[in-house]
Amino acid sequence: MRLGRISLTAFTWLVAILFVFPLIWMVLTAFKQEADAYTDPPRLFFTPTLDQFAGVFERGFLPYLANSGFVTVVSTLAVLVLGIPAAYALSLAPVKGTKNALGFFLSTKMLPIVAAIIPLYVISQNVQLLDNVWALIILYTAMNLPLAVWMMRSFFLEVPKEMIEAARVDGATLPTLLSRIVLPVVAPGIAATALICVIFSWTEFFYAINLTAARAGTVPVFLSGFITSEGLYWAQLSAAALLASLPVMIVGWIAQNHLVRGLSMGAVK
Amino acid sequence: MTTTAAAPPSASETAQRPQGRKGGSPWKRRAPLLPALLFVIAVTQIPFLVTVFYSFQSWNLVRPGSQHFVGFQNYIDVFADSQFRGAMLNTVVLTVVCVFVSMLLGLGLALLLDRKFTGRGVVRTLIITPFLILPAAGALLWKTTMFDPVYGLLNFVFGGETDWLSEFPLASVMTQVIWQWTPFMTLLILAGLQAQSKEVLEAAQVDGAGRGRTFLYITLPQLSRYLQLAALLGAIYIVNSFDAIYLMTQGGPGTASTNLPFYIYQRAFEGFDVGQSSAMGVIVVVLTLIVATFALRLMFRTFDVSGGVK
Repeated sequence: MRLGRISLTAFTWLVAILFVFPLIWMVLTAFKQEADAYTDPPRLFFTPTLDQFAGVFERGFLPYLANSGFVTVVSTLAVLVLGIPAAYALSLAPVKGTKNALGFFLSTKMLPIVAAIIPLYVISQNVQLLDNVWALIILYTAMNLPLAVWMMRSFFLEVPKEMIEAARVDGATLPTLLSRIVLPVVAPGIAATALICVIFSWTEFFYAINLTAARAGTVPVFLSGFITSEGLYWAQLSAAALLASLPVMIVGWIAQNHLVRGLSMGAVK
Repeated sequence: MTTTAAAPPSASETAQRPQGRKGGSPWKRRAPLLPALLFVIAVTQIPFLVTVFYSFQSWNLVRPGSQHFVGFQNYIDVFADSQFRGAMLNTVVLTVVCVFVSMLLGLGLALLLDRKFTGRGVVRTLIITPFLILPAAGALLWKTTMFDPVYGLLNFVFGGETDWLSEFPLASVMTQVIWQWTPFMTLLILAGLQAQSKEVLEAAQVDGAGRGRTFLYITLPQLSRYLQLAALLGAIYIVNSFDAIYLMTQGGPGTASTNLPFYIYQRAFEGFDVGQSSAMGVIVVVLTLIVATFALRLMFRTFDVSGGVK
């Protein structure tokens, strides 16, 4: 019995390590010299170096990183500013049409984004927002808002009704009600929602690749530059991939207990 | 469908009545919702309406002044286009296979994680990580270090000189997508496993049901809502797959791994054919709406009972 448990645990570990092996390999490759990165057979032991990370920055990584950071932070803040009152309206003070509004938000997640890319391109061009971070900020806000509203709504529904009723009877206005009663209770939920928006904005590729270029490009756009570069730069690519993913990895590890709830739009705790 | 949204209003509308009588019109109470609603409508619906408009135009971006009304000609051309049908088939295959396989793998991993053991937190963190690296990074990583015919790890492990991306393009892309999405399925199914009632499981054991029977007759039925939700959400995201195809195969060789998002992208940004790519976009939306109508119904049912909404 005991032996069975130990071997099952060992098996679980083995499966997990096999599953993430491509990632482990990416981390190892990031610390190799290019010559060690592609050898036949693959090289497991080598002298680690930070050259590739330096190379990534020499290649002009910083502006892309700054764009990603700016787009992610501003769009996430915009989602919260627009989404918190909406989630409140849909959970704690619902009116006629609540269900329709929720359904509408959900339906926008089901629309294939390709169907809108052509007009978005033409519109961006006409209003001079092509290759401009603000185009991405607007789109990412709209992309994350429905998800955030659904997710925050599920947190808001956990606020004790008695607290809100008592405050209403005392004549609290909406801003007071939100800031004094509701927000302190749902703060962890809002933080989790924000982290999920951060993950989605940081990793978004389709809009970024089609609507930006060198000036407003984000980190995924920088990475895609590696497929057009001549020759093999596996070690540098691995270093870039690691650097580009690290912020989201850290955010995701912090938010892992809330990931499912966010991705399932609050359907599952 | 009704209980979800109807229950909370009935509870709090009573609370609101005093305020409402004092002159708070329904519109005042809707006010907090409006900015978000209007913003999403503007950013998501207007471009779609413009897409519909463009779909009736013949317009090529590289020929200025070429824009004119052509009625349904674009739609006729799209349906006659065998590449479009191929891309549609690829999209269906990619979505169905990836959702199904990543759910199966996710179920397996979730079952392994659903017990106490040394380092469980670490293992869970490891398993979710493929979901957290940039999809673009994941795609390039698989293209280079895994699938490369000479230096790739796959050929090192399995032997041979297979050029995975040109011999099995769609399967290679799917492998990466499945790898990326299995963590999400694992987490969702794990949440389902941990939500099942312990009493029922214990009762089954007392009654002498074996592990297999307990899983089949107790765990699986209890999990079904979580599995439905996983399939639905996985499908919503995977149907839009673009990163992996763009970065790993460019839809090729030929059109072997072209899906609808990539094909529309190609027609729009490499062929500059606004009219036809718009028509394709509209067709994709109509098809999605048909599927989504069923999906939405399912979603509301799932929300009703899964306890997400109290």
